[in-house]
Amino acid sequence: MRKTPIAARTLVASVTALAVVPMLAACTENASSGEDGKKGGDARTLSVGSSADACELSATKAPAGTLSFDVTNTGSDVTEFYLLGADGLRIVGEVENIGPNLTKKLTVNAPEGDYFTACKPGMVGEGIRAPFTVTHSEQEQQVSASDQELIDQAQANYRAYVQDQSAQLLEKTKEFVQLYEGGKDDEARGLYPVAREHWERIETVAESFGDLDPKTDAREADVDFAAGEKWAGWHRIEKDLWPQGAKGYTALKPAERTTYGDDLLANVTELDKRIQATGPDALTYPIDAIANGSIGLLEEVANGKITGEEEAWSHTDLWDFQANVDGARVAYEGVQGLLEAKDPALAEELTAKFDALQAVLDQYRDGDGFVLYTALEPADTKKMTDAVNALSEPLSKLTAAVTS
Amino acid sequence: MTARSRVSRRGLLGGGAAAAGVAGAFAAGRIAAPDPAKVAAPTASYPFHGERQAGIVTPAQDRLHFVALDVTTEDRDELIALLKAWTEAAARMTSGESAGPVGAVDGPGNAPPDDTGEALDLPPSRLTITFGFGPGLFVDADGKDRFGIADRRPEALEQLPKFSADVLDPARSDGDICIQACADDPQVAVHAIRNLVRIGFGTTAVRWSQLGFGRTSTTSTSQSTPRNLFGFKDGTANIKAEEREALDEHVWVGAGDDPKAAWLAGGSYLVTRRINMTIEVWDRQSLESQEQFVGRTKGTGAPLSGGEEMSDPDFSMQGSAGPIIPVDSHVRVVHPETNDGVRILRRGYNFVDGSNDVGGLDAGLFFIAYLRDPRTHFIPLQRAMSKSDALMEYLRFTGQALFAVPPGTGRGEYVGQALFA
Repeated sequence: MRKTPIAARTLVASVTALAVVPMLAACTENASSGEDGKKGGDARTLSVGSSADACELSATKAPAGTLSFDVTNTGSDVTEFYLLGADGLRIVGEVENIGPNLTKKLTVNAPEGDYFTACKPGMVGEGIRAPFTVTHSEQEQQVSASDQELIDQAQANYRAYVQDQSAQLLEKTKEFVQLYEGGKDDEARGLYPVAREHWERIETVAESFGDLDPKTDAREADVDFAAGEKWAGWHRIEKDLWPQGAKGYTALKPAERTTYGDDLLANVTELDKRIQATGPDALTYPIDAIANGSIGLLEEVANGKITGEEEAWSHTDLWDFQANVDGARVAYEGVQGLLEAKDPALAEELTAKFDALQAVLDQYRDGDGFVLYTALEPADTKKMTDAVNALSEPLSKLTAAVTS
Repeated sequence: MTARSRVSRRGLLGGGAAAAGVAGAFAAGRIAAPDPAKVAAPTASYPFHGERQAGIVTPAQDRLHFVALDVTTEDRDELIALLKAWTEAAARMTSGESAGPVGAVDGPGNAPPDDTGEALDLPPSRLTITFGFGPGLFVDADGKDRFGIADRRPEALEQLPKFSADVLDPARSDGDICIQACADDPQVAVHAIRNLVRIGFGTTAVRWSQLGFGRTSTTSTSQSTPRNLFGFKDGTANIKAEEREALDEHVWVGAGDDPKAAWLAGGSYLVTRRINMTIEVWDRQSLESQEQFVGRTKGTGAPLSGGEEMSDPDFSMQGSAGPIIPVDSHVRVVHPETNDGVRILRRGYNFVDGSNDVGGLDAGLFFIAYLRDPRTHFIPLQRAMSKSDALMEYLRFTGQALFAVPPGTGRGEYVGQALFA
């Protein structure tokens, strides 16, 4: 039973390895071009005034490299600003939701070529457009075909990873629910943290479904019972399997077990259906979402796992911790090729800090799993917190670095 | 981003140039004879760079945020890179700028800002940032030379002994590096520490920190004597910035003091002690008892032997039942006269960290002293106090640490550069 997660890890690793090899190969070509691209002079800093009926730019051309547009909304409606490709369709960069009298910045890396700028007061229509020219520059930081290739690959690989984890989550949940409803408590307890690993690895994606997440992963402390909210999902069953810590707890009857078990399985099935969807319903994973996913998973660790709040009854928090780190690392490695082209120092730092965090976690392994949270002393959680902080601070720069 | 768009805290003051002028005059005055009138002027900012670190003899500001950090890397280059980054950020923040070059609001929308932003719109508030190095930076618990500087460890830089009646909490004691931020505005001091800690993540980790809200010492003749949480004036006999000879004798490490640690010449040692006061019990003591414990009057701060606050205490003067200033009174136990003429420069702060689990104030005095040698200037003094000070009945020592404080940082240098040169 416990062999499966190791197989899962191997599978993940092989997917990642496939992704990284071509990325590294592709990005060595332009790895040297990005050194000073960020420090564009004033010619690369433009201002935009977006009013009800005009879109005024401080210049209509700029040298290639990292351009920054300070977009000020001088009108009374919410506005948007776009930099579009020569075809007027491809969005090179956009900044949305600029309220009246506010300024937002669009930073975009633009190679030499013809473009359009567009202000969209009221956020409707095709906007007030004007041609914009990016001229040749020594400092040009290329958004080359190979960059696009890296982006496409990262997106495809991340989607594959999420789909794979979701499928395994569904498998394990079925098995778990069967054990639980069948009264095989010991086996159910053994599978609980293992099944949840798949959830925790893709937690930021799972959580993005606001209707499913509370039904599936709510902790007892999150539920407003006084307001009539019901508690179901993983942690409801957790409490029933580990009632020792609960005072005066009444065990669920077989029929109730079936209700909660079936409900969990139904929600996980629905989640998997959405994740595996194809065609117009298919989920997309833009590059910033992948990077933000990595950051978000580490936040999950810092907020819930390291405090032992997540698994209040089973104390299997370190399984979740490891799974969050796994997911964060896969997301990071998906965009690592891009990052190495844009900020090699950050990439090196992140890799080292991921390794250091993993080394700390490895000290708490016990058989195929981990020690329980209750076995940890404050000094242990401090050590973990330090390692999480050490990684999270540079990781918070990831999205901006890969999308610049 | 461009200078044009940068929000400068000092710029928002509207008096940036004037403030700089005052600070400059102060800096120059410190090297020559200080002009008290200038020192007393409302100085908006103190320069970070200088012969000595600011925050030692600088007129004590009202607020403190102090942090002790453990160094988590074993890589010397990483440590040096951090000291450089800290130097840059500290110089920026003391002059009222943001912690990083971009600032809190001018960076890209999809990245966290390089300044946390809570000090935007606030003046520099006379912020000083002072760095010190603990024994653990030189050798770890196993005696390992962590960064190739073990042979430069000052002989006096050892973990302080546990004094009798101490109830030290290891989680509030020691540390490899300390940073003291003092300012007139608590938000400015907290902002400074928060940003420096953030820059240090991955290289350092916070061990403990302490907020202080009311200075309990006077470091300049331009300042009046404040009161501690017992309600008494504190630090009357403190060494003042204007006493140059006393500073050289008791505070600054001399050039020949420690040949192994030449890098520390011109610096100092920093001792901290977190002193919890049993406030509720103290408050039930009669006024007369309180004054006997302290050895001074509560009102004016005059010694019980008479006169005014600044009058010299007369320990020989007899009252109806022995000396009028009791032999176990605080002022007598720690007075230079009873301690071989030893003086220290105190820079402590009151603290209240909310209430304890039985509803009492978790409060007291965060003692900070700068001194030339802990072996002669602190340890004997503390031993005497632990042994015979009547105040001990109302104090609990809950944390302590010792740091070597390098001399000031010149332009183009980083904090502690001489140690790593």
